[in-house]
Amino acid sequence: MISAVEQGLIFALLALGVFLTYRILNVPDLTVDGSFTTGGGTAAIMIFNGLDPYLATVCGFVAGCLAGAVTGLLHTKLKIDALLASILTMIGLYSINLRIMWGPNISLNLRPDPDNPGTSLKITHVFTGLQDAGLLYSWQMVGILSVVVAVAVAALVWFLSTNFGLAIQATGDNPGMALANGVSTDWTKMVTLMLSNGLVGLAGALYVQFNGAADIQMGIGMILVGLASVIVGNAILGTRFMVLATLGTVVGSLLYRLIIFWALTWEFQFGDFTFTTSPGDMKLISAVLVVLALVISHVVSKRGLSLSPWRDRKPPEPDSAPEGVAQEVANA
Amino acid sequence: MLELKGISKTFFPNTVNERRALKDVSLSLPEGDFVTVIGSNGAGKSTLLNIIAGSLPIDSGGGSVVIAGKDVTKLPDYRRASLISRVFQDPQAGTSPHLTIEQNMSLALTRGQHRGLGPGIGKARRDYFRKELTVLGLGLEDRLRTRVGMLSGGQRQALSLLMAAFTHPKILLLDEHTAALDPQRAELVTTLTEKVVGEQGLTALMVTHNMSQALRVGNRLVMMHEGQIILDLDEEQKRYTSVADLMDQFAQVKGQLSDRTLLT
Ligand SMILES: Nc1ncnc2c1ncn2[C@@H]1O[C@H](COP(=O)(O)OP(=O)(O)OP(=O)(O)O)[C@@H](O)[C@H]1O
Ligand SMILES: [Mg+2]
Repeated sequence: MISAVEQGLIFALLALGVFLTYRILNVPDLTVDGSFTTGGGTAAIMIFNGLDPYLATVCGFVAGCLAGAVTGLLHTKLKIDALLASILTMIGLYSINLRIMWGPNISLNLRPDPDNPGTSLKITHVFTGLQDAGLLYSWQMVGILSVVVAVAVAALVWFLSTNFGLAIQATGDNPGMALANGVSTDWTKMVTLMLSNGLVGLAGALYVQFNGAADIQMGIGMILVGLASVIVGNAILGTRFMVLATLGTVVGSLLYRLIIFWALTWEFQFGDFTFTTSPGDMKLISAVLVVLALVISHVVSKRGLSLSPWRDRKPPEPDSAPEGVAQEVANA
Repeated sequence: MLELKGISKTFFPNTVNERRALKDVSLSLPEGDFVTVIGSNGAGKSTLLNIIAGSLPIDSGGGSVVIAGKDVTKLPDYRRASLISRVFQDPQAGTSPHLTIEQNMSLALTRGQHRGLGPGIGKARRDYFRKELTVLGLGLEDRLRTRVGMLSGGQRQALSLLMAAFTHPKILLLDEHTAALDPQRAELVTTLTEKVVGEQGLTALMVTHNMSQALRVGNRLVMMHEGQIILDLDEEQKRYTSVADLMDQFAQVKGQLSDRTLLT
């Protein structure tokens, strides 16, 4: 249960990245499936080779940014449709990730000691201290991760409220208007894609250390995790204010993990046959969750239901009818 | 202020769909000229404005666009934005619906400038926006944090106009910006247009299908037909021209053109 909350917080960083592309830029960016592993793999291989784990985590972020830049360049310079560009990057990254990781998986437990052949060294990563104290699954850990996520949320909200942030928001909302106001939409898209995948890479870097291993497959389906979090979270807290929209994304990520956690405890009885859910079912559950999230958010927005105290309730006002018509209506 | 020399624009060149939207158009606007542009559908009015704004490149072959002494022929639209403001026909086009009124105005205020990590909205800006919005007389000054998508078409268009004008652009481009509004709102936006253009002495081009409006508003009138400027009236001539005269002129030119096409 605590582990689910912790994972929810780590994946909240990924969800915030997806929020940037899906909500702000208005493109579903599938690069995520690749860049999560790129960030995680980069951090893992660096840590495995004894480099500073904090530096490795930062490099995970940077590696994610670079992955986003590839999608950005394909889209803005080569004029490839954004979705297709992201799919191309995602596919290409699979091979890159294998190169980065020097193989399909890395265990962050022990590594061969370069000085004394035949013996092993214990690997230290950012969570090693907590792990050794038996606090890897604890409220302390939840607190630390909460601080990290809170900083990310605050930074994102601030960034989007700056002059440049407004230009990014306009790019996704009305590109024609952005261009007419001197926004280089190619540049704003580039930056957003980089930042988004940077956050995804950072989530990957933290995840491999939390998990104690990196795997070439670990990114598969991550876009769904992100989308589910964004869609569920925004349905609950609304998007009227950036703070609520980003916090909603975090809440969505937590809920997602808790639902998965709960779903994995299901047991069905068919006569003599007991069916229990297994981790392999997670992808299917994710996909179903996204469908449910989309349906629910559609209903929520149509009915104007939302837990957010602030929301756009009113439909656009019509222009006041010309006087004559108003008079006629009044007389009738 | 604006010099157009030998502008031609061909869509789908060298194909069966080839379409010459502008044919060797030249136009010179001294500072403070407020020109109304009329002409039938497909005459090339919007194309002309798009070329001035840089949304469309011109045909290669020597034409040039010079704004305030600066040759901008090769610059893309977003790099001309410091010189040019636009209001589009579609009220949805000129504003960003999910951003608030103040955020939209902030984007307009920084038009064509470098946008860094300074706050998009501050107290000084907010006060300034409020003051500017009061001019519209629509009560928008009390709704700075309303999302623009919540506004009616007329309110959005009035806001677009304000956003286009309050940065004192070198050129203001208006493409049938009242066409999508009901008569009352159209009148309001037209009045506002005359007011902001007049007060700031802006150089402006306004496309309209309303001939009497074209005669009434501004200090110069240009008529386009099949990619060419076929009539250019100054303030004096405009004053003594009626809608009927314009129709006559138009029929005449049209007749001439079709005669010519028949002969060749
Ligand atoms: N993007 C485009 N692609 C192809 N052809 C175009 C394009 N834009 C305009 N045209 C063509 O160029 C010609 C001029 O069009 P333009 O839109 O400039 O006319 P207009 O004078 O603005 O007409 P209207 O009064 O209908 O707005 C038309 O024949 C039109 O079909
Ligand atoms: Mg037009």
